[in-house]
Amino acid sequence: MKRLQHNWQPLLAGVITAIAAARLPLTLPEAANPVQGGMMIALVLLAAVTLMLTLEGPIPRAAVLFVGAHLPAGLLLAGLSGNEGQMSTAFFLMIAASWLLAWACVSELSQIEPRSTAASWFLRLLIPAIFGAWILVIWEAATRGAGIPFILLPPPSAIAARIAGSLPILWADVRQTIFKAVLIGYVIGCAAGFVVAILADRFAFLRRGLIPVGNMVSALPIIGVAPIMVMWFGFDWQSKAAVVIIMTFFPMLVNTVAGLSAAGSMERDLMRSYASDYWQTLVKLRLPAAMPFIFNALKINSTLALIGAIVAEFFGTPIVGMGFRISTEIGRMNVDMVWAEIAVAALIGSVFYGVVALAERATTFWHPSIRGG
Amino acid sequence: MKHPSSYRGRLLPVLTILVAIVSIWYVAAVFMNAPFQRDLDRRGNVTRTTAEFVSATFSQPKPVLPAPHQVAQNVYENTFLRRVTSNRSLVYHSWVTLSSTIVGFTLGTLLGILIAVGIVHVKALDRSLMPWIIASQTVPILAIAPMVVVVLAAINVTGLLPKALISTYLSFFPVAVGMVKGLRSPEPIQLDLMRTYNASRAQTFWKLRVPASIPFLFTSMKVAIAASLVGAIVGELPTGAVAGIGSKLLAGSYYSQTIDIWAALIAGSVLAAILVTIVGVAGRIVERSMGGRPA
Amino acid sequence: MTASSSSVVSARKLGLTFETNDGPVHALSDVDLEVRKGDFVSFIGPSGCGKTTFLRVIADLEKATAGEISVNGMTPEEARKSRSYGYVFQAPALYPWRTIEKNIALPLEIMGHSAEERRRRIERTLDLVNLTGFGKKYPWQLSGGMQQRASIARALAFDADLLLMDEPFGALDEIVRDHLNAQLLKLWARTEKTICFVTHSIPEAVYLSTKIVVMSPRPGRVTDVIESTLPAERPLEIRETPEFLEIAHRVREGLRAGHSYEE
Repeated sequence: MKRLQHNWQPLLAGVITAIAAARLPLTLPEAANPVQGGMMIALVLLAAVTLMLTLEGPIPRAAVLFVGAHLPAGLLLAGLSGNEGQMSTAFFLMIAASWLLAWACVSELSQIEPRSTAASWFLRLLIPAIFGAWILVIWEAATRGAGIPFILLPPPSAIAARIAGSLPILWADVRQTIFKAVLIGYVIGCAAGFVVAILADRFAFLRRGLIPVGNMVSALPIIGVAPIMVMWFGFDWQSKAAVVIIMTFFPMLVNTVAGLSAAGSMERDLMRSYASDYWQTLVKLRLPAAMPFIFNALKINSTLALIGAIVAEFFGTPIVGMGFRISTEIGRMNVDMVWAEIAVAALIGSVFYGVVALAERATTFWHPSIRGG
Repeated sequence: MKHPSSYRGRLLPVLTILVAIVSIWYVAAVFMNAPFQRDLDRRGNVTRTTAEFVSATFSQPKPVLPAPHQVAQNVYENTFLRRVTSNRSLVYHSWVTLSSTIVGFTLGTLLGILIAVGIVHVKALDRSLMPWIIASQTVPILAIAPMVVVVLAAINVTGLLPKALISTYLSFFPVAVGMVKGLRSPEPIQLDLMRTYNASRAQTFWKLRVPASIPFLFTSMKVAIAASLVGAIVGELPTGAVAGIGSKLLAGSYYSQTIDIWAALIAGSVLAAILVTIVGVAGRIVERSMGGRPA
Repeated sequence: MTASSSSVVSARKLGLTFETNDGPVHALSDVDLEVRKGDFVSFIGPSGCGKTTFLRVIADLEKATAGEISVNGMTPEEARKSRSYGYVFQAPALYPWRTIEKNIALPLEIMGHSAEERRRRIERTLDLVNLTGFGKKYPWQLSGGMQQRASIARALAFDADLLLMDEPFGALDEIVRDHLNAQLLKLWARTEKTICFVTHSIPEAVYLSTKIVVMSPRPGRVTDVIESTLPAERPLEIRETPEFLEIAHRVREGLRAGHSYEE
């Protein structure tokens, strides 16, 4: 019973494969490019299930499942070409079966407790990578196999082709939106928030007044100032940078002020016993102690800055920029271009965040949350 | 050691800051509206005293920066003096935005809790899904808002649902992350106690993990509802949306109706403040009924 | 009782009252005390007796509300500003983002010593607390006892004559504590500092001190001052001698007289 419970995904996959094998071929009768290899793929799947059940230990089982899930998936996706919207039930059953095997593979991998840090890192990357890859596989299989309208959801392959085919346009948009509006706005906004936080720290009255206001503003839909900024600073990147400045200012202010009170009372007394002045205490104790908070704001702001710049472009831009491209291409129903822009934005957002996170690891290496993980 | 009275300690500084903001706003209004006013006066051959000039900058129909009282007047008129069904009424537009915010927030919170429960109980989900949840926060999700609306419109799904879906998308992240943290917040010692009782997973879940996660839930719900509102507003930006605070912003920016834009902004802010306050108060009531110490 | 030239700390009718929401709390009341140069003075008593508060008044971390106190012939504030004491807290309070070396360098940086001078003093103080070779480590890479030794090194680095120690070994286990006590005595003999030491352990107070100040709470006051008759040379085994037990007995009597076990 326990064994059955533990292996339900591969067992179910086996059953599904058997049903699929009985309902071959993979394509509908009217398909333009009928696929023949269905039985072979079914055999690969069944072989993987059988082999896996005879093995002991997570590593060999995971290895068998990895091959047994991804080889059939690759073959099945290859069979799609020319047959968009003309795949049979057997095709989808086999996709489901290989997905179950991939899930079982991830389950086995999650059982492994690696000893070396390198192996641990590899696993921590591999497991989400398999998950991400399967989102793409199912997306591709569903959109092309079932013939989902291109407008509604283009397949990942089409988006990838679009990205490859429009690199110059995408690059121009990135330069306009990211390198001008986002980066400039981010730097100015964060710097301003930081400076005001120091001022608020120096003058208690200012702090007591500013922090409740800042906390409240953080919850407001600040993005709404975009039309006003476009009106004041024109269509070019300056207005977008202004939106980004306003959006990034308050998180930085609130977090820095909170961080500056993070140093413990004993550490402050220590500085007092040295007759240390305000600035010495600030630089040597309170700013280092505030770093985790400041980086938290920098991370939040990396996302906000991108959102601010892109959404502000919906209110008017010169004929370049990521937000501009998204809003015009959607008007022309070129959804693959929109998805391409979003993929680029996602990539840049992740890289931006990743760089800030790396800087955080380097700066706050001493903090329990970092040295523990 | 002594606590300052709440007026001297809290209210006074906040009021001072607010007064300062309004004063700066007025001064800025004079300077930003002055060039246009000077132009206008020169063309109309009007000579004014300084006081008259200043007051003129406060009463332009389409000022670069409307004076606070102009915005206040606009908000007042469009909130209290119009029928709530009129499409100039701010109450009407706020209601349109509010309804999709609430629907999206509810769906997002449920989805977020569901995902969190899955992540806490299924190790494979934790390892595979959690990194993506964190990574997806780095993606400018709002950028797809217009596409969702337009694409769904193409297959005849219009009105509240597309906007609510954007709100759902924005609000489930904070709830999922917060709830994972909350459901994992019990100390090892407390979990060990449940083990000594030979409690089942379900019992541990309902009697320990859920109560422990409540404060985390409300904290993340405050973030989620604010995000939800932003999602609904941005969802109203693409052409086609005819009502809601977002469409009001867009219309204002098309026709340079600056006072309308500011009024819509105020309406959005008031809405956000009310929603966050409601969630906060609800959280405090629930926590108190669970025996939490009032802060 | 005038402050003689050898007097380091001199308190007369010292009082400190905190105003709280539940009315005034008399943390210290009518404290008279004289600490001479080279003394090792322990303050002992139950929690709430004001021993830590008294140390904090000497350090100018709290202000007395009544009476007079002088430190090195100055007011506590002047003494603090002329950096005339080193303070060791209950916890090491090392900055986790600095290595042990850099932590010891912290007061030296603030007081404006040159880089070469800092290096010299770090080396010397690390040797004093037997931590040579650990300078490049981060605090969290060391054991609790080593961390506390590093924090003592930090207090010694700038050569203040007075060392104020607030239950420095309170959080450590007894084996480590014994070891550190013996080391502290050696260090005191080598450096000839004046040490004010707060503790709630009777053996620790008796073993270390030349003078034991017994305090009691509500209001915080001095109930007894015991001059130790133990020799300067004190191996750990001295704690089993009749002389040691006699002094410990007197301390215990003093604590009992202060009604310290009633609540």
